[in-house]
Amino acid sequence: MTATEPTPSAVPAPSTESTEPAPSTVSALSTESSGPRAVGGRRAARRAQRRAAKAVPRRKLTLWQRIRRDKVMLLLLAPGFLYFVVFHYAPLLGYIVAFEDYQPYLGFVDSTFTGLANFAQVFADPAFWRSLLNTLEITALQLVFFFPAPIGLALLLNSILSTKVRRFVQSVVYLPHFIGWVIIVSIFQQVLGATGTLPNLLDAVGLGRFDAMTTPWFFPFLVTIQSIWKDCGWGTIIFLAALLNIDQELYEAAAVDGAGRWQRLWRITLPGLMPVVVLLLILNLGSILSVGFEQIVLQRNSVGPEHGEVLDTYVYFHGIVDSQWGPSAAVGLVKGFVGLGLVLGANKLAHLFGQEGVYSGGR
Amino acid sequence: MAGSSARPVWMEKPSALGTGGKVAVLAVISVLVLYPFVSVLATSLSTEADISRHGGLVLIPDHPTLAAYRTIFAGGVVTDALLRSILITAVGTFCSVAATVGMAYGLSRRNVVGGRFFLLVALFTMLFSPGVIPNFLVVKQLGLLDTYASLVLPTLVSAFNLVVLRSFFMTLPSELYEAARIDGAGDFRVLARIVLPLSKGVLAVVTLFYAVGYWNAFFNAMLYVNDDKWPLSMVLRQFVLQGQSLSDTVTGSEAAAPAQAIQMAVVIVSLVPILLVYPFLQRYFTKGVLTGAIKG
Repeated sequence: MTATEPTPSAVPAPSTESTEPAPSTVSALSTESSGPRAVGGRRAARRAQRRAAKAVPRRKLTLWQRIRRDKVMLLLLAPGFLYFVVFHYAPLLGYIVAFEDYQPYLGFVDSTFTGLANFAQVFADPAFWRSLLNTLEITALQLVFFFPAPIGLALLLNSILSTKVRRFVQSVVYLPHFIGWVIIVSIFQQVLGATGTLPNLLDAVGLGRFDAMTTPWFFPFLVTIQSIWKDCGWGTIIFLAALLNIDQELYEAAAVDGAGRWQRLWRITLPGLMPVVVLLLILNLGSILSVGFEQIVLQRNSVGPEHGEVLDTYVYFHGIVDSQWGPSAAVGLVKGFVGLGLVLGANKLAHLFGQEGVYSGGR
Repeated sequence: MAGSSARPVWMEKPSALGTGGKVAVLAVISVLVLYPFVSVLATSLSTEADISRHGGLVLIPDHPTLAAYRTIFAGGVVTDALLRSILITAVGTFCSVAATVGMAYGLSRRNVVGGRFFLLVALFTMLFSPGVIPNFLVVKQLGLLDTYASLVLPTLVSAFNLVVLRSFFMTLPSELYEAARIDGAGDFRVLARIVLPLSKGVLAVVTLFYAVGYWNAFFNAMLYVNDDKWPLSMVLRQFVLQGQSLSDTVTGSEAAAPAQAIQMAVVIVSLVPILLVYPFLQRYFTKGVLTGAIKG
């Protein structure tokens, strides 16, 4: 068998309808891209395919023949695959230092194995608990203020009938998403910092100068405000798309039945947004312990570790800066597991409540 | 849809008050987003006298001057960092796009050996991130500390961009592949001659996403390289956020422009490339983001 032959016998998927495999593939694709609702149908189709694949005996290529046939494809896949293995999976092995008294000059193998000592040390460190509290405080603030903001803005934009106004506002509010944190923090320094606009305004109306950038208790609010400024507009994209997906006839029928605009918002729009809201909440839950690392690492020193330290910066400053490799890796490990557990748990919960969740299996 | 600005028949006539209120809110939001940019630009063009007279609140400089820009482009730290940033962004983006296209193409075709395995390997990385310490150890073990490669390789492929590209490749009709195959084209030729030319739009999005990412990146530089390899973002951090005095670092002309103006000029220089590509990004990204959001 040569590589140039199309080799239908090796195709596992559309084996029964071999007379017209192309259309079936195309239609499968189009249902795939039509959104989360198509998943059930996709599943059924796959099950049917699998059953069909079992029923019809196929001539099998050996593994080696398949590798030879796909050698160009494998070559194209290789760099990306290597990247994921080296920079996403291999580092997991590095977590071994969480159980060691790691000394860089000794290496992984020769450093002393200390069992759970690093974990004990971390859990006895008040700075660790402080940073955990700070993290949760910021997460809570973001959940209350940052999470609903794009929903509100999306509803507002959606209710504007003039396309021109909508387009203009969209171009404006999407922009900050593409600006890096260094620039954003610099800009905020200019506006809110000691000599910036806000202190001057406050001073002018006799409220005294308030330096939002270096006031420790204000730090969680500052971080939330910056996040909203940067990503509130960007966050509307997914909600605007969800709003477009709501069947317009529902609105028409409701209006004919006498439902006012607020009733339509409450009974049609908000339920229509629910799947997306749940999905995003789940994704957020997974990152509950990681709040904007780049953003905070830039500003931690201006308010001090007491209020500015979060788990991620704790790992960075204790691990890389102070060379406490073992304990910091232990924090990272615990954090990773908690995050993964939260995502899986929340997804399970979403399924129990009859929502789609993040992943529902397969492609 | 976006094009229909007309009110559907069943909808109530919007009240003037309601519309006015909404437009006012949106106007306030737009001002809140745009004001900082104006303020930064105005400050970068100001003289010392302007800044102190307005107490830092300059909106239109009385005596606009390019002194700050002349200072930073006179050579020295900012100029070097700017060139470095451009180079890192260009090379990094090229490598990232090449690796992502290859992998997305491989994953977009059914029945490639191990395709499902490769896909899961890539997708699973969306669920966890290895964290700072292990990543640092890997870079160190590979001997990449203090090399430019450490600014590119650790963020080579984004699983998100990979999914976006793959979803797009999968929407191309498979007749195209089969026809090309029958004509004797190999997998690589199909990619180069058929798939890529059909994917210009989505390729542009992915390229720009990567480029913006590399341009904005600072943390890898902070972790892995010494200050002689710093990109512009790190220099900006040093100037504005660490409050390092400029006369130490900006060689050449002596304090011809006020420190605050120079800082803001560096902010503007960092912003310009993003503002330049933003219109192109905007034309495509809504589509690109949505294909990615609805996961493959």
